[in-house]
Amino acid sequence: MNNFKAKKVLLEDLGKNNPVFIQVLGICSTLAVTNVLRNTVVMSAGLIFVTALSNLTVSLVRNVMPSRIRMMVETLIIACYVIIVDIVLKAYMPEVSRQLGPYVGLIITNCIIMGRAEAFALSNPPGLSFIDGVASGIGYSYVLLVIAFIRELMGSGSVWGHHVLGDWWTNWSIMVMAPGAFFMLAVFIWIVKGMMFRRQEGSS
Amino acid sequence: MSEGLAFYAIFFAAIFTNNILLTNYLGMCSFLAVSREVDTSVGLGWAVVFVMTTTSVLNWLAYHFILIPLDLTYLRFVVFIVIIAAFVQIVEMIIERVSDKLYIALGIFLPLITVNCAILGVSLFMVIRDYTFVNSIFFGLGSGIGWMVAIIAMAGIRQKMARSRVPRALAGAGIALIIAGIMALAFMGFSGMLKIT
Repeated sequence: MNNFKAKKVLLEDLGKNNPVFIQVLGICSTLAVTNVLRNTVVMSAGLIFVTALSNLTVSLVRNVMPSRIRMMVETLIIACYVIIVDIVLKAYMPEVSRQLGPYVGLIITNCIIMGRAEAFALSNPPGLSFIDGVASGIGYSYVLLVIAFIRELMGSGSVWGHHVLGDWWTNWSIMVMAPGAFFMLAVFIWIVKGMMFRRQEGSS
Repeated sequence: MSEGLAFYAIFFAAIFTNNILLTNYLGMCSFLAVSREVDTSVGLGWAVVFVMTTTSVLNWLAYHFILIPLDLTYLRFVVFIVIIAAFVQIVEMIIERVSDKLYIALGIFLPLITVNCAILGVSLFMVIRDYTFVNSIFFGLGSGIGWMVAIIAMAGIRQKMARSRVPRALAGAGIALIIAGIMALAFMGFSGMLKIT
């Protein structure tokens, strides 16, 4: 495999092509779990696993798959990996699995996974597709992790369930509720896009 | 758990206090993409209401009469998504045959709906919360209407906003998310009414 190309894919998915900022895809299922950092980490790990392996599988079967039914095949491949994640979570982390509830299953309809399979895995060799899957998974996850960190810190004064802020801190309960996630993501996009515009102007 | 809840409580909770979009974040993708004009939002909204109600009924039947007896509940993700996709495809074909007008109004939205997380989400919530058959119907219907209300309100606001000056970096998705956040705040005002978990 071409090393240079792999590196380029990796970097573009993390920055310029980041699914969350630029395409605003797939925020549905995972935004809901960003109120506690631990759940977000588990969810992100599951998502990276599914994206990487479904990209790999789609890429492996891309030449024998009739293009008429490719959406259905892709969905089924993704669903199989999501079932694996769900079963593993139920077996080893029943508590987290209960808190995540339906959102693990909703990884299936996460547009990012489908989008990567369609846009990348269908036209690229398996190894490169795997890297692309990992990269877009990570690019997606780190945004969520930052949001989850801030939400948990401000909303309940803790990180990973441990209290870090003292008694002087008044919890912003809005941060752990639904509007907090919307505002956080909006501010995040604002900052990142603002920085991008500034850099463009600086270079031109 | 759901035994004590009347179906109308579930119905109204799904529209207001537990709005599928604003408290559970489901269906955000098409929400952000489509909510630019009121007319298209209304069309998509109706399509979602229809598909959500019927698929939650179909998935309830499949879950309780096929998956539970055969002890295959771990396959529910695959079964649900296949049922949803197949159903949407069939509806699309029927509408195309029966009515041109309806096809133009709804047909173009149907393929979008298969990948709408809210549809699958409603089916999964229904299984996790262990709803009875009647409750599932009203939960599907209520969630669909709740989603439609949210997307139409959003489209109205965004149409007005076309004339205002938004900071450049915030235009598009950013401002849409802020509006969604404010709307979620407003919907929290309903939370004293009733609650389902």
